[in-house]
Amino acid sequence: MPAEVPGTAAPAVREARESASSLMLSELRVLFGRRRTWALLLALAAIPVLIAIAVRVSSAVPPGRGPAFLDRISQNGLFVAFTAMLVSVPLFLPLTVGVVAGDTIAGEANLGTLRYLLVAPAGRVRLLLVKYAGALAFCIVAPLTVGLAGAAIGAALFPVGPVTLLSGDVIQPPEAAVRILLIAAYLAVSLAGLSAVGLFLSTLTVVPVGAMAATVVVSVVSQVLDQLPQLEWLHPWLFSHYWFGFGDMLRQPLLWDSFTSNALLQGGYIAVFGALAYGRFVTRDILS
Amino acid sequence: MIPQGGSGSGRYNLAIETRGLTKHFGRQVAVDGVDLAVPPGSVFGFLGPNGSGKTTTIRMLLGLAAASAGTVSLLGMEMPGRFRDVLPRVGALVEGPAFYPFLSGAANLSRLDAAGRSTVPATRKGRVDRALERVGLSHAAGKKVHAYSLGMKQRLGIANALLARRDLLVLDEPTNGLDPQGTREVRNLVRSLAHDGATVFVSSHLLAEVEQMCTHAAIMSAGRLVAQGPLAELRRAGSARIRLLTPDAGQARSVLAGLGLAAEAGGSQPDGEVLLASLSAAGDGRLPEDVVGQLVAGGVRVRGFAVERESLEDRFVALTGEGFDVAQ
Ligand SMILES: Nc1ncnc2c1ncn2[C@@H]1O[C@H](COP(=O)(O)OP(=O)(O)OP(=O)(O)O)[C@@H](O)[C@H]1O
Ligand SMILES: [Mg+2]
Repeated sequence: MPAEVPGTAAPAVREARESASSLMLSELRVLFGRRRTWALLLALAAIPVLIAIAVRVSSAVPPGRGPAFLDRISQNGLFVAFTAMLVSVPLFLPLTVGVVAGDTIAGEANLGTLRYLLVAPAGRVRLLLVKYAGALAFCIVAPLTVGLAGAAIGAALFPVGPVTLLSGDVIQPPEAAVRILLIAAYLAVSLAGLSAVGLFLSTLTVVPVGAMAATVVVSVVSQVLDQLPQLEWLHPWLFSHYWFGFGDMLRQPLLWDSFTSNALLQGGYIAVFGALAYGRFVTRDILS
Repeated sequence: MIPQGGSGSGRYNLAIETRGLTKHFGRQVAVDGVDLAVPPGSVFGFLGPNGSGKTTTIRMLLGLAAASAGTVSLLGMEMPGRFRDVLPRVGALVEGPAFYPFLSGAANLSRLDAAGRSTVPATRKGRVDRALERVGLSHAAGKKVHAYSLGMKQRLGIANALLARRDLLVLDEPTNGLDPQGTREVRNLVRSLAHDGATVFVSSHLLAEVEQMCTHAAIMSAGRLVAQGPLAELRRAGSARIRLLTPDAGQARSVLAGLGLAAEAGGSQPDGEVLLASLSAAGDGRLPEDVVGQLVAGGVRVRGFAVERESLEDRFVALTGEGFDVAQ
């Protein structure tokens, strides 16, 4: 350690900040550099591609059949994006997020790298925060991938024109693109709570597949419970309750009610499961 | 030998000090009241048979596992409380290397370097390259770790421990899986680290290795610390014995018995029989030359005579038991 010289404080602070962010950068590089993440994103991008091709090769879809918006695709390619995002909400997005969130801590424990990260020393709280931030980054990228791949393939195979919203208003394609981004943001927020659940489950085990599967099961159970009228009192507390509320992003003027309620609910899940993950991880013996 | 460690940022009398360190796994006691005292600047061998609690002790030293009882201090600071100050100065290899198989060797080291709180990103590449060079992995730096051989991974694990200047190195079986050259290089590396003033704490069950590179040693058996100290002292604590070759075995036995030494048969050779007797068993520290004098005076034809010090291996077996079964 060199002696503290007056006037050297500023670079020292800068260095500390740089080193604080370098674990985050490294986490993003590892997450988005590995083949598995690309496979997950490619699978998500395949959803709009399959939808677009199916519509293209089949004769006209009768209105009112299949997922919402499906019948509008042949007139306006941008609807591929809306349809694909809608279709991927119940299973595909939670599945991929479950893989990433369930892997956060358990994956490192399974490889044995967890002990070296902690000896480095990463710090347990810092590592947990970085891991959760990495999972959140995936929650942002995943719906965006579906939306952008949908818009791209839709524009390639179908005409693109003004979009009629659920409220009946008509918007031009540039604004429709903004709506696609808004829906992606809505879905990213929707998946934040599930990621926190996955992070917690990931601190419980050294078998990443177990934590991944458990996270996906939790997301399915939440959606099933949300369907049972007998459990009406429970519905507002289920993290999947507002998952399909993104239709509000397709109204004029924009309705922010479901977005806000959703954000608050997800924030609650982040607080509770973040605290559980913290409680578990800071006291856990790293024996792998 | 350096009497005290530390340069500027706090001095300490012991690089590693544990008091009553204990770890339970359920009802099993894996580590039982261990009091380690590792002097600064020493190369300290941590010996023990499989399952004797070496790795578990190391995990507690580094704050990976919480102690059920007892305290740990590294470089004069309490662990795990002060891990932020301690661990950047400690390089470690715990229970074998572990890496991301889908990243290259250099990328793995960069990530672990980035995980440290106080590492400067600007000099990261230089640190990684130097560490790789020190373990002879420069040519394989860009290769994915899943394509590394066992020994290459082990070397990479050691490189990780050497990423920064360390005051203490904790190496759990560093030569595991290395070829003879690799083993020799690690031995030289350990010596050069100690020469630069670092304390090296190295666990092993290879006695020869510990004898060759360590200045101090501790021996674990079934979770307990059964001996520790400078290597020379550990050897001396063991008894010396005489080895006598003579054709007059019967007569020799009676002379030895007269000196209070119980002789055992050590096999026969063309020019006589071998008798073995423990010198320290006589209690009053009998000198070997007295024994020879008495034998000759007693008419015994002495054709060979040697004093054998107990090797560390004999001492190790005496302390930890002969059996091959892993202690429960
Ligand atoms: N995660 C664990 N759960 C339960 N018991 C454990 C666990 N890890 C180690 N043990 C037990 O603790 C004891 C000490 O194990 P440890 O790994 O510390 O031995 P070691 O001296 O490092 O052995 P080796 O030379 O084989 O590496 C063993 O009896 C082992 O069964
Ligand atoms: Mg071990």
